Amino acid sequence: MEFDTSIFFEALTSPAYLEGVQITIALTVVAMVFGLILGLVVALLRGSANRVLRGIAWTYIWIFRALPSLLLLFLVWDGLPQLVPALKGDWFSAFIAASVALSINEGAYAAEIIRGGLLSVDEGQRLAARALGLSPTKVFSKVIAPQMIRVTIPPLSNDFVSMLKLTSLASVISLQELLARSHSAVSTTFKFAEYYAAAAVYYLVLVSVFMVVQAQIERRFVWMSQGSSGLSRVQRVRQFATIR
Amino acid sequence: MTQQPPVGHLLDEALLGEPVASTAGGADEFVLEAVGLHKRYGHNEVLRGVTFGVQRGDVKAVLGPSGSGKSTMLRCLALLEPVESGEVRLEGRRIGVREARDGRLVSLPERVLARERREIGMVFQRFNLFPHLTALGNVMIGLTEVRDRDRKEARTIAQSMLARVGLAERERFFPSELSGGQQQRVAIARALVMNPKVMLFDEPTSALDPELVGEVLAVMEELAREGMTMVVVTHEVGFAKRVADRVIMMDAGSIIEDAPPDEFFGNPRQERTRKFLEAVD
Ligand SMILES: Nc1ncnc2c1ncn2[C@@H]1O[C@H](COP(=O)(O)OP(=O)(O)OP(=O)(O)O)[C@@H](O)[C@H]1O
Ligand SMILES: [Mg+2]
Repeated sequence: MEFDTSIFFEALTSPAYLEGVQITIALTVVAMVFGLILGLVVALLRGSANRVLRGIAWTYIWIFRALPSLLLLFLVWDGLPQLVPALKGDWFSAFIAASVALSINEGAYAAEIIRGGLLSVDEGQRLAARALGLSPTKVFSKVIAPQMIRVTIPPLSNDFVSMLKLTSLASVISLQELLARSHSAVSTTFKFAEYYAAAAVYYLVLVSVFMVVQAQIERRFVWMSQGSSGLSRVQRVRQFATIR
Repeated sequence: MTQQPPVGHLLDEALLGEPVASTAGGADEFVLEAVGLHKRYGHNEVLRGVTFGVQRGDVKAVLGPSGSGKSTMLRCLALLEPVESGEVRLEGRRIGVREARDGRLVSLPERVLARERREIGMVFQRFNLFPHLTALGNVMIGLTEVRDRDRKEARTIAQSMLARVGLAERERFFPSELSGGQQQRVAIARALVMNPKVMLFDEPTSALDPELVGEVLAVMEELAREGMTMVVVTHEVGFAKRVADRVIMMDAGSIIEDAPPDEFFGNPRQERTRKFLEAVD
């Protein structure tokens, strides 16, 4: 077997890889934040009383759920500047293009998840909140949203993990994220296993860290009095599993 | 009947701030009034001219077969749904609508309706407690988010109100950790803490196991004794006989009988009321 561990460890700690990881994280976070905002807006439009707004939301989901992420990346990076000359400047970087493409993409998925979350909230909740005299915005923020968020955490976390990996597609539009770094290292050294394994380790670590974060968030949505005291972590996780 | 929790004094001026419902205004004035309410869902005419009033401090029980429009009537009274025609009046003042230029009545925007709803308390068949808030949180939310009380003050008031419905030890529990009877008592406290002028109950004990009905009725009876004006849709004939000042019979979207309980149960005028009472007994 040919596996040079020193090259592997060198790659792991190289500034090139660390920079690549930073770009990967930044792109994931930016695409998810804008994707979720877009998704929330589209989901609310989808439930609007206005037919035109509903139609716009439906069309958005229809188009951007159908297009492959890779195609969207090319469309935004190469196609868009052709249509909109203002985008031909240097400022329109690969990072911005990738953020736009992946946000639009995520928006379509998140919209459906959030819509499902909204539908899962019992109609009696809105009724009781309105009967108390809560304003429309407070009915949403204080009563509907917390219950909606709770059911959307698992599927949206899934999207987050997918996004972490989808960002690697941006290497094809020259964004120097993690996979692009390993590519260029391989192309000069031909040490495929070592450099790709180092990248794999980073993806594993990133996803693992995120899993811990997800568990923390989910724990805040365990609506049990014992959830905040007394029980061990394992018990709480079990409790959560039984609720779900 | 199982042991019932101690129910404290529920309407307390010092606790709720403003003068309580029973002491303000004249005794024979209508607190809540429905005048010719019409309501339809598509082609289904659910309310066909509902007219009645509840006097201050009175308890009005509403009986009627399933689908006769009892819940719809309460939702319209609570301004949760617009009506096709007719008026809801609170202490003589028309609420929920404004007059358009052409003289027709149009529903007020949701934001304004929200403000008017503060004066009307509502309790639902399926409790509808907010699952993400503790018992205390459920009672506090109206005070902090609608009445603009600061959290400390709201907490004190809510704790006292929970104690009064016999749930002082349950304030940290979430709805999923409470029995049906306890949940419904929290729901009553949640509505009561807003110091409403009238309380509407939609079959408050229908979703409860038989052994839990008593504890909820005990709270409602205490409330009636203290002079709260109430409209109670119920199948509990015993409660209606014991507590109601008047009983209404609803059938196919109309009120067909409106009489004091001894008359209503002893000698109903309408054949349909008689049949209905035979069926529930
Ligand atoms: N949101 C709604 N949309 C359409 N139809 C409705 C709606 N709510 C009620 N209805 C219809 O209105 C009629 C009266 O319903 P309502 O719930 O007011 O009856 P009810 O007297 O409360 O019956 P129950 O004793 O079963 O609670 C029924 O035919 C019902 O199907
Ligand atoms: Mg009903």
